[in-house]
Amino acid sequence: MPKDNFVGQAVKRREDQRFITGNGRYTDDINLQGQTFAAFARSDVAAGVINSINTAKAEAMPGVVAVFTGEDFVEVGGNPAGWLVHSRDGEPMKEPKRPVLAHGKVRHVGDAYAAVIAETPEQARDAVEALEADITPVAPVLNMKEALADGSPLVHDEIETNMIYDWGWIEDNRAAVDEAFESAPHITTLELVNNRLVPNAMEPRASTGVYNPGTDEYTLYTTSQNPHVTRLLICAFVMGIPENKLTVIAPDVGGGFGSKIYHYGEEALVLAASKKLGRPVKWTCSRSESFLTDAHGRDHVTKMEIACEKDGTFLAFRTETFANMGAYLSNFSTSVPTYLHGTLMAGNYKVPLVYVNVKAVVTNTTPVDAYRGAGRPEATFQLERCIDKCARELGIDPIEIRRRNFVQPEDFPYMTPVGLEYDTGNYGATMDILEKNGDLAGFAARRAESEANGKLRGLGIASYIEACGIAPSNVAGALGARVGLYDSATVRVNATGTVSVMVGAHSHGQGHETAFPQIVADRLGIDQSLIEIVHGDTSKIPFGMGTYGSRSLAVCGSAVVNATDKIITKAKLIAAHMMEATGEEVEFEDGVFSIPGTNKNVPFGDVALKAYIPHDFPLEHIEPGLEETAFYDPANFTYPAGAYACEVEVDQETGKVEVMAFTAADDFGNVINPMIVEGQVHGGLTQGIGQALIENAVYDDSGQLLSGSYMDYTMPRADDVPMFSVDHSSITACTHNPLGVKGCGEAGAIGSPPALVNAVIDALNSGGHSVEHIDMPVTPARVWAAMQG
Amino acid sequence: MSSVSMTVNGKAVSSDVEGRTLLVDLLRGPLGLTGTHVGCDTSQCGACVVHVNGEAVKACTMFAVEADGAEVTTIEGMADGDDLHPIQEAFREHHGLQCGFCTPGMIMSAAALLKENPKPTEDEVRHYLEGNICRCTGYHNIVKAIMAASGQDVSAIAAE
Repeated sequence: MPKDNFVGQAVKRREDQRFITGNGRYTDDINLQGQTFAAFARSDVAAGVINSINTAKAEAMPGVVAVFTGEDFVEVGGNPAGWLVHSRDGEPMKEPKRPVLAHGKVRHVGDAYAAVIAETPEQARDAVEALEADITPVAPVLNMKEALADGSPLVHDEIETNMIYDWGWIEDNRAAVDEAFESAPHITTLELVNNRLVPNAMEPRASTGVYNPGTDEYTLYTTSQNPHVTRLLICAFVMGIPENKLTVIAPDVGGGFGSKIYHYGEEALVLAASKKLGRPVKWTCSRSESFLTDAHGRDHVTKMEIACEKDGTFLAFRTETFANMGAYLSNFSTSVPTYLHGTLMAGNYKVPLVYVNVKAVVTNTTPVDAYRGAGRPEATFQLERCIDKCARELGIDPIEIRRRNFVQPEDFPYMTPVGLEYDTGNYGATMDILEKNGDLAGFAARRAESEANGKLRGLGIASYIEACGIAPSNVAGALGARVGLYDSATVRVNATGTVSVMVGAHSHGQGHETAFPQIVADRLGIDQSLIEIVHGDTSKIPFGMGTYGSRSLAVCGSAVVNATDKIITKAKLIAAHMMEATGEEVEFEDGVFSIPGTNKNVPFGDVALKAYIPHDFPLEHIEPGLEETAFYDPANFTYPAGAYACEVEVDQETGKVEVMAFTAADDFGNVINPMIVEGQVHGGLTQGIGQALIENAVYDDSGQLLSGSYMDYTMPRADDVPMFSVDHSSITACTHNPLGVKGCGEAGAIGSPPALVNAVIDALNSGGHSVEHIDMPVTPARVWAAMQG
Repeated sequence: MSSVSMTVNGKAVSSDVEGRTLLVDLLRGPLGLTGTHVGCDTSQCGACVVHVNGEAVKACTMFAVEADGAEVTTIEGMADGDDLHPIQEAFREHHGLQCGFCTPGMIMSAAALLKENPKPTEDEVRHYLEGNICRCTGYHNIVKAIMAASGQDVSAIAAE
């Protein structure tokens, strides 16, 4: 058997065939007999009281078949928060209700208060224009610090405050941290903003609801990263549909980056409408709606402090963050600034004391939730920026100060003062690779060359560690998670020896359809082309938690391994029966079962056939069939880590920053498909560069989103980024999953923003300039203003 | 409603459309060619790029009636039976796509570029792709794929 399609090989992606030929099947590509179309009426004010909605004119419009308002959903449940966080005084967080359609009040621009169903999408949109909504605008809550002041207007009257929680991590360390700062030889302080981002998966959200009155069953086609989670939220919390009566299908999904984890009200609306009308109801988001309603990312305002010795040895970190939740608590919003952020605040460093305080605030803006990296970019950015400032203040090389404080290879497993146990790592090794691959020794010459051309050149360094594959469920549960964090796989060996693998993870760009078969092929010793991955349909796959937080391979991939191993165990029994031996005697290698010391052997395919034609089975010992399921709940997070270097040129006349080179050295543990891993890093780096350089969700004083289209919200285009140098040859295998793998999906977006901003600040400390900090995005206007002092 | 007739991927088609119907809606709806995608509403993202009379056009920015009598090629018309177009093949070979949503528009733009400029430099490729947004790949492998499809040696460009 050729080994070129097994683990570690750059197997070309099988899913590409349909995408490059126009045969992908995304939600909006699906058209059903008799379908109708939904369009939503959305608030054009940030905060307002709904006095009345007159639907009569809209109902009389051509093609209109139904109109829904918030009134129609007062009896059903709300979209819940999936993680309960407690404040440092022990009180549970506030949980304002999030209805399917706004009722009583609208709370952000884009908040849907009515929906029209019509025969065509154009008729539905025309009828939305004919709705007469009497909404009295009220003063919006926009600034987080003002939102917490006495007398501020409230986003949700029912909770009597705009503060969702005031969280301390770890509260028992607080006094010791404060004490360390009292006596520290050096303190570096940095106040910064982690800018609000719009995820902008290229496929806008879409949902089609179908109700079958004959069976009382619903089907929802939707753009989801996790169809079972969506089904659970709709059934158990929002609509009360029995779970066995709803199938959720997430077909091809055009990117997610977090924004398609969550259940959105439009999904419930199309289901309710399909039941009322007895016809499929389809909704496709416009990009403008997407900007206003997809959960945004980041939006933290932070003060970070480092206490250290004069030689740069870290003594303590202390941070205070205001985290914007937006107008409602999106499903995982409350976990992002806390358990995905505070727990990472030790970074790659052996710092004995850390204290993190986070105040989560509601405002009249689009809800904020996990976006690629989710909490970890915010942690990494403040830490790596502050370390850079600290190094500059102390006159220590930025690489040296990091090396001096790294957790060392012999320290693992290493318990941080913020509650995580890093299982393995070698941060110095990735830094070595970075210095070599980025030719950092040659920087001075490159700087001189840029200066000769009238440009300032800067070099920025950042280390990062991240925690992915949130786990284990029992720890997450103790910390407030309302869901489990395992995943699942069913391996079904068909009678003719092909294999179908049903997985709980969902692929929307990650290449699971190629990488997962490599794992199964490796274990079964059969060609990967005989293996098919099934995902995205709750009626076909075991209950799984889906794809986010760089978990698919570490968590679902481990379930695939375990289910495959169960297959081998059972197949050995069948093979033993065929060879007239016992199961213990059978060995399995390269797709062949054999009895050592004899010439008896049977290939995998013969065993598969036998499993389904069990004419002579000892049925008391062996069941027919060859199908096994495994649920895998990890023992710990996995901890990818690495070191990044960015080189920029700054145009002194215009303040424009150009990324000249970007070098990444990552440790992802073992790698299944290096081609896919490198692609994930390229994409992550570009989203991080986007955040640092050009992306920004900006609201005006009335709560209007100014950057609400691709003409206003700048995302990286092909000429904003260079070719990247990426490397994943430094490998410390994860110690607690069967593949020894970590996650690679978010790393690039986590490590690149501080590297880029550090590079800009480095440039702006040459040529006679002395700039301490610029907030992201480092636009020409901001850079130019900083240069003017 | 007006009746429009055109040739799409070599086949004569006709349909009744409203004045406001966009070319992309005609392609995706009545003609069932869902390979052409809609990613925005401001003519920025390029997911809807098709060829009209040999020119790359954003199908969200052209009314269907304007394409009356035109020769239109969509992503579905790029392969010759089972033989992929060299650009399609290069995107697969060099991992130039992840979620696949921007891919049809990217391939159609790349085909127009190579028709105009058969051996573009990296800078020329990047500049030409200004009108096509990809959120997944960071463009690295897209640029590499297009240069490879033009017959240039890309072995010096990092990554597999």
